[in-house]
Amino acid sequence: MTTTPVIDATGVTVDLGGTPVLRGVDLRVLPGEFVTILGANGSGKSTLVRALVGLIPHRGSIELFGTPLAQFGDRRRIGYMAQRPDMFSGVPATVTEVVLSGALSRRPRFGWPTRSDRAAAAELIDRVGLSRLAKRPITHLSGGQQQRAHIARALVANPDLVVMDEPMAGIDAHSAEVFARLLGELEERGTAIVMVAHELGPLAPLVDRAVHLEGGLVEYEGPAHGPGTHDHAHDHAHSSEPATTRPVPAEGPLGGQS
Amino acid sequence: MSILSHAFMQYALIAAIITGLSAPAVGTFVVQRRLALLGDGLGHVALTGVALGLLTNVAPLTTALIVAVAGAVLLEVLRSVGRTSGDLALAMLFYGGIAGGVLLTNLAGENAATLNRFLFGSIITMSRTDLAIVVVLGLVVVAATIALRPQLFALCQDEAQARVMGIPVRLYGILIAVLAAVTVTVAMRTVGLLLVSALMVVPVAASQQLTRSFRSTHLAAMGIGLFSAVSGLLVSYQIDTQPGPTIVMIAIAVFVVSSVTNGVLHMRTRQEAPHG
Repeated sequence: MTTTPVIDATGVTVDLGGTPVLRGVDLRVLPGEFVTILGANGSGKSTLVRALVGLIPHRGSIELFGTPLAQFGDRRRIGYMAQRPDMFSGVPATVTEVVLSGALSRRPRFGWPTRSDRAAAAELIDRVGLSRLAKRPITHLSGGQQQRAHIARALVANPDLVVMDEPMAGIDAHSAEVFARLLGELEERGTAIVMVAHELGPLAPLVDRAVHLEGGLVEYEGPAHGPGTHDHAHDHAHSSEPATTRPVPAEGPLGGQS
Repeated sequence: MSILSHAFMQYALIAAIITGLSAPAVGTFVVQRRLALLGDGLGHVALTGVALGLLTNVAPLTTALIVAVAGAVLLEVLRSVGRTSGDLALAMLFYGGIAGGVLLTNLAGENAATLNRFLFGSIITMSRTDLAIVVVLGLVVVAATIALRPQLFALCQDEAQARVMGIPVRLYGILIAVLAAVTVTVAMRTVGLLLVSALMVVPVAASQQLTRSFRSTHLAAMGIGLFSAVSGLLVSYQIDTQPGPTIVMIAIAVFVVSSVTNGVLHMRTRQEAPHG
């Protein structure tokens, strides 16, 4: 039985302002997999996820759920959380309004949120522990609370793939725990997760596979067992597929991710 | 009310109601997109449209509408595909619009007094046809901003997120600019092209002093715009001033009052916080 990959990207190349940022990256993500993209600043991590969700033009092939990205229309299946979601706005917006706007992937052209959208938003706001702040303007929240609201927005349409760009950056320990619990629940439900990270923290045990970028190329790819166990990662010959056969060095990409 | 026994005042009142509602209705999205000066830029471009009408003997309202809408589309395209930043594109509109307007007015053999009618409004010289156009266009603006509020909100709040969600970002970006251009022409006879932006921005600024949600800001801004436009018109009639500047000064007064109220409420909350 063959499973259609959630993401099947081959030879993804991106130039930004004439500078090559990604140079032929392959990435395959299966349903229910939790893949983390690691690498130094400027290695192309954010560019890769932005290309995967169609935010920047690329060369090479990207298929989502078996459909080429350009033709992919079922946007409800993707939840995206940018590195620094736009938090400043000229006009106030409550946590509920921001989270509820995520449900628009079900009706992106026209239509108001339905009762079930509102119920889903209220439930997610509760799951990220923001019920008490639901009617507050989002700009009144702390950085960690805002990130929790933004993950709730990414999840409110019940996506099958969640793409997150450094969601853990600069958040407090409590928010990190809330994230870990939420992503654990998603994984159990079979949602695929692709997450750019500098530090995995409490998420480390959840991650199935790590992809390490360097200079716009996949430097290492392999299983990730979390801090302290990365040296058990299997060494394999470099190959374009399946993704889990790429080598992970003894001092792998998770080294220092505790 | 005796002043409403005059047909011109009835027309003026209807135009003021439509302008007061429509300018903040689209202005809320313009402010949220951080393009508060968009209305100013489009007002200047519309001046070229007015002059074109004077030159060709076509109704200035029609030519202003066409030129302002074209300018809005051009601005949005420059902003989204070109390397021109929003403020530079706006600067081009400002200078090109005002220069073109004055130049064409000169060529049409008209003088500054004619332009003055459009720059600061001349609500009492409105024809029945003008009024019908203003009412239809104004209602279209209000209806569009309410019907598409969720999508336009998502776009203005976080454009990248909106794009991933499949919201037609380019199309709706152009739509906001076009609705702003339509509003400029709707408001042209009421507050004038130089002050139209004030009615798009000031009621929103006043409203957000007192509101917490986007929805309530949008609705309250329309309420403040309506109040400013109608009371401004009535006051201007009583004290014999031009309606446009009177309307804008009332809107600014509402902003000052709401800012002070907001400040007092904040101070009270802070004082009560240790006990709560």
